[in-house]
Order: sequence, then structure tokens, then C-alpha cells
Amino acid sequence: MNLTLHIWRQKNSQDSGKFVTYQAKDVLEDMSFLEMMDVLNEELIAKGQEPVAFDHDCREGICGSCSLYINGRAHGPKQGITACQLHMRSFKDGDTIYIEPWRARAFPVIKDLIVDRTAFDRITRAGGYISARIGSAQDANAILIDHDTAESAMDAAACIGCGACVAACKNASAMLFVSAKISHLSQLPQGKPEREARALGMIAQMDKEGFGACTNTGACEAECPKEIKITHIARLNREYLRASVK
Amino acid sequence: MGWFTKMLTSSIGKKLVMALTGLFLCSFLLVHLYGNSNLLGDPANAKESFDGFSKFMSTFPPIRVLEIGLALGFLLHILQGTILYFQNKQARPIGYAKMPGNETSSLFSRTMIWSGALVLFFLIVHVDTFFVDVRLAQGHEASMYDAVKSAFENPAYAGFYLFSLLLLAFHLNHGFQSAFQSLGLNHKKYTPLIKGLGLAYSILVPLGFAAMPIYFIILKYYPCCGGK
Repeated sequence: MNLTLHIWRQKNSQDSGKFVTYQAKDVLEDMSFLEMMDVLNEELIAKGQEPVAFDHDCREGICGSCSLYINGRAHGPKQGITACQLHMRSFKDGDTIYIEPWRARAFPVIKDLIVDRTAFDRITRAGGYISARIGSAQDANAILIDHDTAESAMDAAACIGCGACVAACKNASAMLFVSAKISHLSQLPQGKPEREARALGMIAQMDKEGFGACTNTGACEAECPKEIKITHIARLNREYLRASVK
Repeated sequence: MGWFTKMLTSSIGKKLVMALTGLFLCSFLLVHLYGNSNLLGDPANAKESFDGFSKFMSTFPPIRVLEIGLALGFLLHILQGTILYFQNKQARPIGYAKMPGNETSSLFSRTMIWSGALVLFFLIVHVDTFFVDVRLAQGHEASMYDAVKSAFENPAYAGFYLFSLLLLAFHLNHGFQSAFQSLGLNHKKYTPLIKGLGLAYSILVPLGFAAMPIYFIILKYYPCCGGK
């Protein structure tokens, strides 16, 4: 298939950037979206042009590196996958595809489609961890956690920190990311000792980074590649209020 | 900064203020609708009961105190909503070339500031028509029933009123259930009930208010169907 690509090109964080149009010819439907980008970059290099910079690493949907906003959707048109898991069979011959970086004040563009997501690392440093010494792997039955709690914590722990929630939210809110970290740790015994400090610290850092507030539109859960639900944001709200009054 | 101020000025605290004031305003709508229900029925009796209710509401001291709370509730909700709108806009200085539209969120949830702004415009006109022009200008002896009747018999005013109610329905459609999420109440056991209640509330309450101008228009132009 042949495609028209409008790709955001930006030299560096100071550059104002613009869309550049490319024609992708003879794209195979079994290619992943990133492979299609690789082929385009090969052609650009052969022509002596600067290849399109984009983040990628594992290419199997678990690292959270790839961060493409494809035709108005974070990670493209399909649900529950990252951009690297998107295949060209989701498009058809003659399609026009807009490829943009995540847009948020807290995620400044470094180059082309690459954004700086260290705001997430700073939020995590503000409490998204446990400091208890847990030693080597425990016997599975030594700490009793009921099935539903373990499942709920695991659902939240599936977050790969890709930032699609921020990219998809009309307010560029990081609430789903923060809720995933807080919901994961606050439900488990190992996370309880720092429960309040975590909620207060992470929210304070989130606000400091310049992310927007949540207006419960649900766009984040619709775009999350790990399908993390906004029920975790409700838990985050409870955790924060609980920590505030305690 | 004390813990309370810190909590209320955080991104979650601001949402909490929106949710609590929003639900308070929802409860006000029910009382208002109950009051308006006195407008219906035999015109002579309706005038007596509606004017009686109106006089009671504007003179009974506890209600007057609540009225101050109501004004504050509106003010907080409007101010906080406007501040949040601009702060949230700042969180994305450069927008996207392509937007997802309704694929990832509902139109009502994305346009709360606009439905809210139009409801605010309606509120200003509404307070001017019935509070400033009647209660303040003419005092407690003025008939609120007559004021409502003359306003609603004007098709342009009735049309504006109905249009505003449609926007109120849009605002409530997202707002009611969203308030519970902001308060941290989301659970598979009771969230479907909250969403159902929210949907019913956002349709039935504006429909209830819409009944009054429709009733007066029918009464004026088709007296055969509505009584004298």
C-alpha cells in the first residue's frame, strides 16, 4: 500500500517545528508501524536527509518507549496496544496519516517525535516506591493478600509509564499514571507504611510539573495500552483526601 | 500554607470543590423544581400556591441564610471551573493537528466550560427577570406567578429558556456522575447505579423545568387544551 505521511519535524527543543509530508510506497500490511517508519528512515538516510527521530526500545509493548500520536490517537487507532504493536493492516492504501509527538507542557519536545518524559521519573521519585527491605523472594503464602486485591494492584502495576494518558487527555493530566502507581502500592502490605507520604508527595510533584487536572472525560483509559481504568483515579482521589486529613 | 488550604488548592482539591458545589447545586435544582410544580394546575389555585411558596422562600429566615450559601456555591463553582479551564489549557500550549473527537470521550464531558458558560448566561437573565425586576423592584407583595406567566407567554423568552435547559441537561449529563468520581466514589457495585441516576437526573430535571414554559404557551395559544 502507498501512504501519505504528515510527520512533525522539529530540530530541537528551541525550534518551532512543522509538519513535513512524505510518501511511503509499497508498505507491507504485516509491517509494524515502527518498521514502516524504519523503512522511511532508511530512504531518508539513502537520500542524505536527516531521519525522523522517534522513541522505541523493546518493540513488544512492555517498555513504554514508543510515543506516537497517530491520526489523533495516542499509539494509533487500536485499543490496548502501544505504537510498536500497531500493524499496517490497520490502514489501507491511499490513507493519510498524521504522526505527532505527545503534546503537554510537562513533556517538552526534544527532537521530532521524541518528548522528554522525565517529569514522570520525578513524580515517581516523590513517593512511587517502597523503602522496606523485602529481602529475597518471599514464600507465596507468607503475606496473605486476597485475590481481588492482588488482581487490582496488578492491574495498576501494569502501567509502563508511556504517557499515553497525558497525551490523550484534553487537559494533559497525568492523573492516570499517578493513580496507577499509588493504587498499585497502597493496596499491598509492603506499600502501606509510606501510604500517606506517597499520595501527598506524588500529587504535589505532579502539580509542580505543570500537568492539568482531571475532568473525568475518560480519554486516558480509552487510550491506555495497558487498559488501566479510571477507577484507579477514584482510588487516588480517596488516597489523597485520606492522607490530607490524617 | 495549612493542610486544608494545601489540599483544596491541589489539582485533586480543586476537583473536590467542583464536585461538592456541583452536587449542592443539583440539590438546589430539585427544590426549585418542586417550587415550580406549584405553577401547574387550575390557574387560580396555582397563583395562590406559587405566590405563597415564593413569598415563603424569600422571607423565611433559614431559607435566606441558605440563599447566601447558594450564591456562594454558584460563585465557587463558576470561579473554580473557569480557573481550572485556563490552567488545564496551559498544560497543553501546543495542540494536535488531529483530534480524536468522540472516539475516546463524550462530547458533553469535553464541553463543560461551554455548556456551563451558557447556563451562566441563562442564570444572569433568569435572576434579572425574576429576582431583580420583581422581588427587588416590587417587593414581597408582587405576584411572582404573574411575572412567570408574562415571561413564559413570550415565545422568544420561552424558547431561550428551553434552549438553556437543553444545555443544562448536557452539563448535568457529565457533571452528576463525574462529581462522584472526583469524590473518589467509583466501585463496580454502585457506579452503574450512580451513572443511571445521573442520566435520569440530567434528562428528567430539565424536562420538569421545560414543562412550565410549555404549559404557559399552551394555555395562552390553545386555551381549549389548558383550561380557561
